[in-house]
Amino acid sequence: MAQITTLSAAVKAAVKDGDVVALEGFTHLIPHAAGHEIIRQGRKHLTLIRMTPDLIYDQMIGMGCVDKLIFSWGGNPGVGSLHRFREAIEQGWPNKIEIEEHSHAAMANAYEAGAAGLPLAVFRGYIGTDLPKVNPKIKSIVCPFTGEKLAAIPSHRPDVAVIHAQRADRKGNVMIEGVLGVQKEAVLASKRQVVTVEEIVDELPERSLNAVVLPHWTVSHVVEVPGGAFPSYAQGYYPRNNSFYKQWDDIARERDTFHKWMKDNVLDKGPEAFAQYARKRAK
Amino acid sequence: MADYKPNEMMTIAAARALKNDDVCFVGIGQPSAACNLARLTHAPDITLIYESGTLATKPNVLPLSIGDGELCETALTTVSVPEMFRYWLQGGRIKVGFLGGAQIDKYANLNTTVVGPYDKPKVRLPGGGGAPEIATSCGEIFIIMAQGKRGFVDKLDFFTSIGHVTGGDSRQKLGVKTKGPTRLITDLALFEPDPETKEMIVTAMHPGVTRDQIQENTGWQVRFAAQVAETAPPTGQELEVLREIQARTARAHAAA
Repeated sequence: MAQITTLSAAVKAAVKDGDVVALEGFTHLIPHAAGHEIIRQGRKHLTLIRMTPDLIYDQMIGMGCVDKLIFSWGGNPGVGSLHRFREAIEQGWPNKIEIEEHSHAAMANAYEAGAAGLPLAVFRGYIGTDLPKVNPKIKSIVCPFTGEKLAAIPSHRPDVAVIHAQRADRKGNVMIEGVLGVQKEAVLASKRQVVTVEEIVDELPERSLNAVVLPHWTVSHVVEVPGGAFPSYAQGYYPRNNSFYKQWDDIARERDTFHKWMKDNVLDKGPEAFAQYARKRAK
Repeated sequence: MADYKPNEMMTIAAARALKNDDVCFVGIGQPSAACNLARLTHAPDITLIYESGTLATKPNVLPLSIGDGELCETALTTVSVPEMFRYWLQGGRIKVGFLGGAQIDKYANLNTTVVGPYDKPKVRLPGGGGAPEIATSCGEIFIIMAQGKRGFVDKLDFFTSIGHVTGGDSRQKLGVKTKGPTRLITDLALFEPDPETKEMIVTAMHPGVTRDQIQENTGWQVRFAAQVAETAPPTGQELEVLREIQARTARAHAAA
């Protein structure tokens, strides 16, 4: 049953040291404000799952929250490297991180299998690649009907899923629109869920009969954090700040500029700082 | 003939490879520029699909990321990422996959994972993303990459996604039924697979490019087809449309 609460209380209740946590959002609706709260609360030894680690995992890795990363594409899209992610892997700074590397197809299948309550995901993938040589979790299975050899990996069953969405109602029913990514699957695959939203409304707006709605009894914590996806975006509210994604390249390149930015914008701030980025577009 | 840069020739040559009835899975960056140039010139009805789930999208500016709002707003529909990879890609509904990479070898296998050893990489690259399954599930693959000895290597540091593997019928022997890379478009030339050996050989050179220039920018001994054509130079219209969309994109990304 969804509890409507503050971000600080939600993270405190849902995310523990050593947890397996998936902050999801495929370019769209990336839960930056929630990630910042996890950093502020000083969570350690996390195993983070995410298809595209993006800026938020660059920040969490650089701040030393992470022991292990399960991912499929670790870059700053259209810009270049994630410097903190790279330095952790190449130099072990601020700590060595273990990586479990997959393809997008594998990650998407693993979330879906987790949501379906299955122990593994089966798909046609990884053929001829070197990834199975470096990731012992990539195995194969033979179809009992056709004899075809297929890829198999364990399903994702995170302790916590953290997502951002456009709206929730006062019961905590959550509605998502636009690029959906794997958030529905991540929520249904996990034990606990933190959902930040642009706004909590009396009633969800008029919608398609097939709109993506997560019922309130599938999410544990719902928090209103306007602007909480910035510099990612919330369709219908504010666009992706591509200019900030480009600026991040310089901010994160060196340890001291990174730390200064994190202190000024994360450690010394709270979730209300995100409100300045929220603006609802006139329909 | 208008003045143009080698990079513009590459994007234009790549765009020309696409047909109006193609269904194309688009990678970000160079592939996205080429696919949208095709859509805005000779292939207005081409179906462009991005792995963020956007089906038949018609962006007015080039997306910086694979899931920019622009892609969703101009799409016929947007599906979830698991659906995209399961029903649409794995289901065999995509005709052409358009990829780039950091390293390529003569059989058009790609590396986007690491330079140096995996456990102690010299450069940690972003990784495979959608490429490992795009490379085997799409009907055929086009690759766009600017040439240079760092990227065009004799031996890959890591096999992220396969092309023609070790040549000949090695791809089919892995149980893959799709064609694999049929075109490699660079800033200097067009490579296509030799029908027997499957090595990528030069079948056309861009205007003014020499064989020595191609060899100097390739880490393996380049083979040339018996008949090497010359790529038609960019037309005024192609250059104009490409430059306009790039200018619109630069303005949009600076403003956001």
